[in-house]
Amino acid sequence: MAMADQEAKQSFRLSMLIYDSRYRAMTIQVVALILFIIGAGWLVNNAAQNLAALGKPLSFGFLSQPAGYDINQRLIEYTSQSTHGRAAIVGLLNTLLVATVGCILATILGVTIGVLRLSKNWLVARLMTVYIETFRNVPVLLWIVFTMAIFIEVFPAPREFKGADPSATMKLWDSVALTNRGVFIPKPVFESGSGIVGIVFLLSLVGIWFFRRWARAKQEATGVILPTFWISLGIFFIPAIATQIILGNPISLEYPVLKGFNFKGGLHLRNSFLSLTAALVIYTSAFIAEAVRSGIMAISKGQTEAAAALGLRYNRIMSLVILPQAMRVIIPPLISQYLNLTKNSSLAIAVGYMDITGTLMGITLNQTGREMETVLLTMLIYLTISLIISTAMNVYNNSIALKER
Amino acid sequence: MKELSYVRTEMLPEQAPPPGQTGVVRWIRENLFSGWLNSILTLAAIAAVYFALKAIIPWAFDSTWNANSLSECRETAPGACWAVIHERWPQLLFGFYPNGNDGHPDQRWRIVVAFILLIVAVAPVLFDKLPRKMIWFSAVYPFVGFWLLWGGTIWGPLMVLAGFVLAYFTYRIVAAIGGNLLGVIVAILVPVIWWLFLAGPITGVLNGIANIGLPDVPSSKFGGLALSVTIGVAGIALSFPLGVLLALGRQSNLFIIKTLSVGYIEFIRGVPLITLLFVASVLLNYFMPPGTSFDIILRVVIMVTLFAAAYMAEVIRGGLAALPRGQYEAADALGLDYWKANRLVIMPQALKISIPGIVGTFIGLFKDTTLVSIIGLMDPLALTNAIRADQDWNGIVWELYLFVAFLFWIFTFSMSRYSMYLEHKLHTGH
Repeated sequence: MAMADQEAKQSFRLSMLIYDSRYRAMTIQVVALILFIIGAGWLVNNAAQNLAALGKPLSFGFLSQPAGYDINQRLIEYTSQSTHGRAAIVGLLNTLLVATVGCILATILGVTIGVLRLSKNWLVARLMTVYIETFRNVPVLLWIVFTMAIFIEVFPAPREFKGADPSATMKLWDSVALTNRGVFIPKPVFESGSGIVGIVFLLSLVGIWFFRRWARAKQEATGVILPTFWISLGIFFIPAIATQIILGNPISLEYPVLKGFNFKGGLHLRNSFLSLTAALVIYTSAFIAEAVRSGIMAISKGQTEAAAALGLRYNRIMSLVILPQAMRVIIPPLISQYLNLTKNSSLAIAVGYMDITGTLMGITLNQTGREMETVLLTMLIYLTISLIISTAMNVYNNSIALKER
Repeated sequence: MKELSYVRTEMLPEQAPPPGQTGVVRWIRENLFSGWLNSILTLAAIAAVYFALKAIIPWAFDSTWNANSLSECRETAPGACWAVIHERWPQLLFGFYPNGNDGHPDQRWRIVVAFILLIVAVAPVLFDKLPRKMIWFSAVYPFVGFWLLWGGTIWGPLMVLAGFVLAYFTYRIVAAIGGNLLGVIVAILVPVIWWLFLAGPITGVLNGIANIGLPDVPSSKFGGLALSVTIGVAGIALSFPLGVLLALGRQSNLFIIKTLSVGYIEFIRGVPLITLLFVASVLLNYFMPPGTSFDIILRVVIMVTLFAAAYMAEVIRGGLAALPRGQYEAADALGLDYWKANRLVIMPQALKISIPGIVGTFIGLFKDTTLVSIIGLMDPLALTNAIRADQDWNGIVWELYLFVAFLFWIFTFSMSRYSMYLEHKLHTGH
């Protein structure tokens, strides 16, 4: 070794930087790095010069100035006197709300449609194909404005609920009002004692977890299969409802009531929120359905046949043999669909839903004129959300991945 | 004695299967009513289809195609008012491209010609049965298309094209004399010098000699489906090579190259396209030397390309990772260098594996072109608002949205069918 090194050192020529594969890798990387630094430096330098020329050097001070605009949907306290920074946080929470609700609903809908598309029922399978091809092949922005139009055009105005013989009525035993100003649903009201109900509910969740573990251990030890699903369902509902009744209904519902020209009370789900969520859900569910379908189809038929030969019933074949394997194929595309849904929620700006794009990159940008800071900050926030989602999902994915040798 | 035999000597004729086991009845039994769950699903599906059609068909067909305003529509037919499509389809397709109404000659034929030539240019890429010589036209098409759409003197695009021709011949000559690397460096430097310093004056001189050209059409006149297709096609054509390079960079074992590629890909994939479009519309000029400003469509195309390239890179990386290691080793054992190994052995296989993903990215890119409406470009979706702002068509919603959805659907659906055809054709099977 020492000999070879010495020889190489002695006979080193400049041209070896290019023609000797030992050095060439280094040369290429150094050149790439230098080009990258020059390019980045050029861009940053230009930006600094331009910003200085406009008299607005990079500064995030505007975040602590009063915003001066209202946000109609807010999950935390916010008034028009609050700061731009707080407005951004309100927007961020709205983004996260749509993303969370959207991901959950899209998963449920997508899995259902994906499974139904594989159904042996010819009609159902065809219908699901039509669903997927329709929703997947049209831009999501169009679906967003389309659902918004449905909410505004199709649903009756609140005043049509008025009078002795109204042309519109509330649905579901007078608890839900579908109007063109949004949907009003009953709102839970927490009085004293509701904390206990909540604690009992959480405890029953823990109980379910322990019960399932115990049932599994028992099945592995003795082979006895308990009706886990029904017992879990019982633990889920019975203790919490029992506590609710014993304590004299600490959690009650406040129903929306028509007062004047609009509904009061209850929970007001705004059109912008509903249409954005609905559009993202139907659009993303079409993609999730395709992922689920290809995941299930990726499992060879031999697996089903082998499981059947072992004497397993259909639902056990699905839950014990097919789905655990299919999950490995489904999870990675599912992650990217969750990420897509979160990023697509930025299209909220088209229907006036005040998410982070609408607040920080929308009104704050227009009011303060700080394009550079707001856009970069928005990008950074989305980047962080994306990285968190993909990290979490990758951890889950690794936990179910095939352990090879 | 005659032998008694109760054994039949000939077969009985085949009997027809029971009525429940043949034809339509059997098919319906097996496919629609094989169990109680299936039956419920079938009935639910029939009910859903029935109610959907009951709502849509009278509306769609009890309609009118000839009216000048929405109120006129409502008088003639209770259903859809397709008259708006009848009156405004040129606008939805061509945007505000000069249509001859303002006294200047109608220029929309240029978009039509550009589109037809686009099909001719794309055909040899899509179908390998066509003569290979056609690929030359595909290579020239970007310049032809640009000239047709934006107009101006023909010498500008020709001079840019000349730069590429110059690069090719420089490479051939210098590489033969001074080796490969020198060839590449000189072939990059010469056209850059040509474009920066020589192309402009020469264009001016040629313009003075023979002023061949089309009337200028500024980017602000672009709109409708023509705009979407322009951005989409440019983005697709540019993002593919960039994506391949990024994928190779990410799979490379050179640390710095790999880090830069990973950083770029993850950054782009982590932010929504709309933020990048905001960068295009409000920030990009900040990053350029003071005083420069360039065309908004060009800026959008740059951003869309950068965006799609990151997704493309991930798709192609999937294909690269799926290739067995033996393919890389075999290419090395044949003595191929890095680029030759990739071009002849690795990429053809990796790209074949990743066709569905690549086409999926293309489809996504084409659909994402609707986002330009948010930064104020007049794509079909933005035009629906513009049309509604007209007093005659105030309040018309479904007809416009359905028409725009249909326009996009044709493109994206045919792309996805093409991807299936390609998969089928390239499937060598084992």
